[in-house]
Amino acid sequence: MPFVSPEDFAKEKIGAVQDYSILAWRAIANFFSSPRYMADVYTQMDLIGVGSLPTIALTGFFTGSVLALQSATSLKAFGATTMTGSLVALSMVKELGPVLTGLMLAGRNASGMASELGSMKVTEQIDAMRALGTDPVRKLVTPRLYATVVMLFFLTIVADAVGIAGGALVSVTMLGMNTSTYFHSSYRSLEYADIVQGLTKPLFSAFIIATVGCYFGMNTKGGTQGVGRATTQAVVVSSIFIIIVDFLVSRAMIGVFGR
Amino acid sequence: MADQSRSGAAFPSKPSEAPVVVFDNVSIAFDLKPVLQNISFQVKHGETLIILGPAGGGKSVMMKLANGLMKPDSGRILIFGEDITQMSEKELYKLRARIGMVFQESALFDSLSVENNVAYRLNEDHVPEAETHERVVEALKFVELEQAIAKFPSELSGGMRRRVSIARAIISKPDLILYDSPTGGLDPITSTTIIELVMKQRDVSHTTSLVITHRLQDAFTLAMNRFNTQTNAMERIPNDGIDESTKFLVLNEGRIVFDGSTRELVGSNDPWLREYLS
Repeated sequence: MPFVSPEDFAKEKIGAVQDYSILAWRAIANFFSSPRYMADVYTQMDLIGVGSLPTIALTGFFTGSVLALQSATSLKAFGATTMTGSLVALSMVKELGPVLTGLMLAGRNASGMASELGSMKVTEQIDAMRALGTDPVRKLVTPRLYATVVMLFFLTIVADAVGIAGGALVSVTMLGMNTSTYFHSSYRSLEYADIVQGLTKPLFSAFIIATVGCYFGMNTKGGTQGVGRATTQAVVVSSIFIIIVDFLVSRAMIGVFGR
Repeated sequence: MADQSRSGAAFPSKPSEAPVVVFDNVSIAFDLKPVLQNISFQVKHGETLIILGPAGGGKSVMMKLANGLMKPDSGRILIFGEDITQMSEKELYKLRARIGMVFQESALFDSLSVENNVAYRLNEDHVPEAETHERVVEALKFVELEQAIAKFPSELSGGMRRRVSIARAIISKPDLILYDSPTGGLDPITSTTIIELVMKQRDVSHTTSLVITHRLQDAFTLAMNRFNTQTNAMERIPNDGIDESTKFLVLNEGRIVFDGSTRELVGSNDPWLREYLS
């Protein structure tokens, strides 16, 4: 591997941040001017949203289940097993629902976007699109961005609901809790701020998944090997960004709402 | 370099005589490695410029520069009299409505059928469905591929993909067509079929075109034959004639080594050129 001077390395990274920022800004701004590719938005919503539903539902269900199982053991020591519903609901809605849904979607869709656009890039389909008078960012990136933002929001709600239901199933069937107690405890523990926090995070995660996935796809170089590299980078970078942004949003929300 | 009158920055002032393509001292480098250096040439209306040269000589880069898909580091590129190096991407999209491009590996959209690939530009312009279908069939008939209208690119052979790519490029009746190695990677028989289509477009529509090829045989077939609309086949120009609208540009290591007519190319005494042509 050739040695790269620190100056060149820094320039390359700053250039990448600049390119990413321009791509992200254009992807957002394109929606406010014509032409709008609404058919592509709906297609992407189907692929991203409906296509990810089983994965997200399974992830949410078993996360809620295992959370109930583990927390009940700890809460038993304090004689507070009735608080299991509260712990599962708060954890799912504020943290695990948004983050795990984001990470699962990053694995499924950021990789998909990077490989699809990357393949188009290396086979000159992106250039062909430009040559035929179509802006590839408007046609390919903007629909994916808006579709991901809308669908991740609803997928997170599904994950939260299914997670709480999973926790209920474990609590009732394996821990001998009362169904009414579990749901009452869950309902009473959740406040407006928790819901806002839990539903703000997917908006940021979706933005990261779509823009990072599309950025690596649109900048793919080096044939099929390059497509593989872009796919891996898209998943790794978007996953790391989701976790970092999750912390920042949590801190900001605690600052605003006090919890 | 032969035919110096076609090179350089001395452009005719009358719009009707203005060249369709002008490269004026164009240079571009990738990672500090020069790919094209001080390239100047012109292509007049109705001319076909065949671009020859060894692989890696900057031919495809020149084609992408001509369509505004890349920006040069220095120099000017005038297409239809407009300096595309100063244009924004949005302005370029409008200009590209007058330009058709055939890519080296066809670059068909693999998620779209042949019909939707060919109709892509018309669909973007919201042309009525019935008219679009009619024009797609017409374009596919031109490339003799109307039976493949419902197929997907993955179901086509390399030669068929190239023909669909030509149909996609000509459907909007462009004023300029850029063929980037239309016969690259094809067997000799299929290559001749593709060259015949390029010739048909040249002789039937008289469209100005730039044709990259690394096959000398294809280049001279284009220069020494014409398309007969009566027999719907190409034929040799009588008395060892050549097509006067077909010119040659030879590139080597990013520089022009020849720019002129077929006769000047064949009669050139340049040692490198003679070795290349032999």
